[in-house]
Amino acid sequence: MIDLSLLPDGGMSWLEASGPGSHLVVSTRIRLARNLRSHRFATRSDAPERETILAEVEQAAAMTEGLRRAVRFRVDRLDLQDRQLLHERHLVSRELAAPEAAVRLRPAGGLLVQDQASVMINEEDHLRIQALRSGFALEAAWGLVATLDAELGQRLAFAFHPEFGYLTSCPTNVGTGLRASVLVHLPGLVLTKEINKILQALTQVGLTFRGLYGEGSEVVGNLFQLSNQTTLGKSELELLDHLGKLVRQVMEHEERARQILLRDATAILEDKVWRAYGLLRYARTLSFEETMNLLSGVRLGVGLGLIPNVGMYALNKLLVFTQPAHLAAAQGRALTDDEVPVRRAAYVRQVLEEEVGRRGPSAQAPPTPR
Amino acid sequence: MKCSNCGEREGVVSLTQVKEGEVHTSSLCAECAAEKGIETGFAMADTPLGGFLAKLGESADPDAPLQAALETRCPGCNATLRDFRESGRVGCAECYAAFDAPLRELLRRLHGSTHHTGMQYEQTAAGSPVRIEAGKTDLELREQLRRAVEREQFELAAELRDRLKDRE
Repeated sequence: MIDLSLLPDGGMSWLEASGPGSHLVVSTRIRLARNLRSHRFATRSDAPERETILAEVEQAAAMTEGLRRAVRFRVDRLDLQDRQLLHERHLVSRELAAPEAAVRLRPAGGLLVQDQASVMINEEDHLRIQALRSGFALEAAWGLVATLDAELGQRLAFAFHPEFGYLTSCPTNVGTGLRASVLVHLPGLVLTKEINKILQALTQVGLTFRGLYGEGSEVVGNLFQLSNQTTLGKSELELLDHLGKLVRQVMEHEERARQILLRDATAILEDKVWRAYGLLRYARTLSFEETMNLLSGVRLGVGLGLIPNVGMYALNKLLVFTQPAHLAAAQGRALTDDEVPVRRAAYVRQVLEEEVGRRGPSAQAPPTPR
Repeated sequence: MKCSNCGEREGVVSLTQVKEGEVHTSSLCAECAAEKGIETGFAMADTPLGGFLAKLGESADPDAPLQAALETRCPGCNATLRDFRESGRVGCAECYAAFDAPLRELLRRLHGSTHHTGMQYEQTAAGSPVRIEAGKTDLELREQLRRAVEREQFELAAELRDRLKDRE
């Protein structure tokens, strides 16, 4: 099994809940899609060409400040569970990790990770330069990817068109190649049933939304990934500025919705968040979806100050560590389908127990069983 | 993602519903969406790539120029426009020149623009590429707009006007 402790902070400092607006925003991610001018793109390149691409990128990366000390993974040579681990940790896309046995594994797939930035090699594009930060931190994430892009661009000849900009495998990424995504928690808007209206409005002004794991993934636990839909015609800073403004507006709407709920439906709201906490605290089996939905309730309670003895960091960690590959890794062996929900519930109980131990039981919390 | 209703066709419409306070997203193919009476005009705009690809080369007249164009090969990677229609992915950097007209049209539909205004990437005389930021001032944009109107480049003009409007 791969040793993720090799990564600085396990590649998970984005879970810290230390960034701006962490009570509403889990993380901010920015990626830039880049391709090498002299090689065919992913659908046309064969295995030997992809090996060459991987070698060229790794060689260039080794000469940059931002990736000199990077931990390197040869993704296509990892076993299924290790690839699932990387995917669950948001370090590689589904496309590169092929986390289900049915998805075809891309030859010569590579991953470089240093600090809070990483580069996927031979994904849909030759390079996907990414940064992931805690909270609502577009500027910090942009600073990281822009620096890496500049450093790599000095050593690699990127495919660039004077009119269309950076050329990508899929035309939806042409131009800046930039996709910025902010993972926001919007239970207030869901409970007040305003969410559809807001998502529709966002789509009309060039934003798109996705689930926890990006394109094609479902929205779970009221976590929405908001990102720019277009990549061409606006500069990088204009795109980020536009996204930032809209996310701030969404955050304001969410805050307002929460205050309305707290004012007009206090008992219902309190009941909902404490029921969620109670179930997580005492359940003996939990499905992933149920866990995500209950975590959403607890997160809302913590955000409103109703549940004092749980930290956002612990909640963020549960998003990642309750997934199958992480549960198996913690157990040190593969788990059967029946074991997973049992292990998940045990792990959630353990984390919440530790939180109470650290923060002390709250007056409103049920007594800890002995 | 496969359509969550029929489980056969590829989903093109993303449907988000709120049931008992929980958000459910599912994906529906155009047929099932229409059956359920879901207004697809708005949702379909989400996937102009799919719509464009489906229409590419769809012509009653088999001798139409587009049919012939479908078989033209990119000198860089040997891909045809038909390959692009099937995979939705471009074969190499040269494809963008080889299939300039259809790709330009697609970019316009996808992004509402064909003009990259972000970071520039230039090859210096020494051979090492340098990246510069091309942040245009309002004044420069207005000047560009004036020239575009003068040259009757109305598409570009509309785009520049929108960008100026966005900044206000």
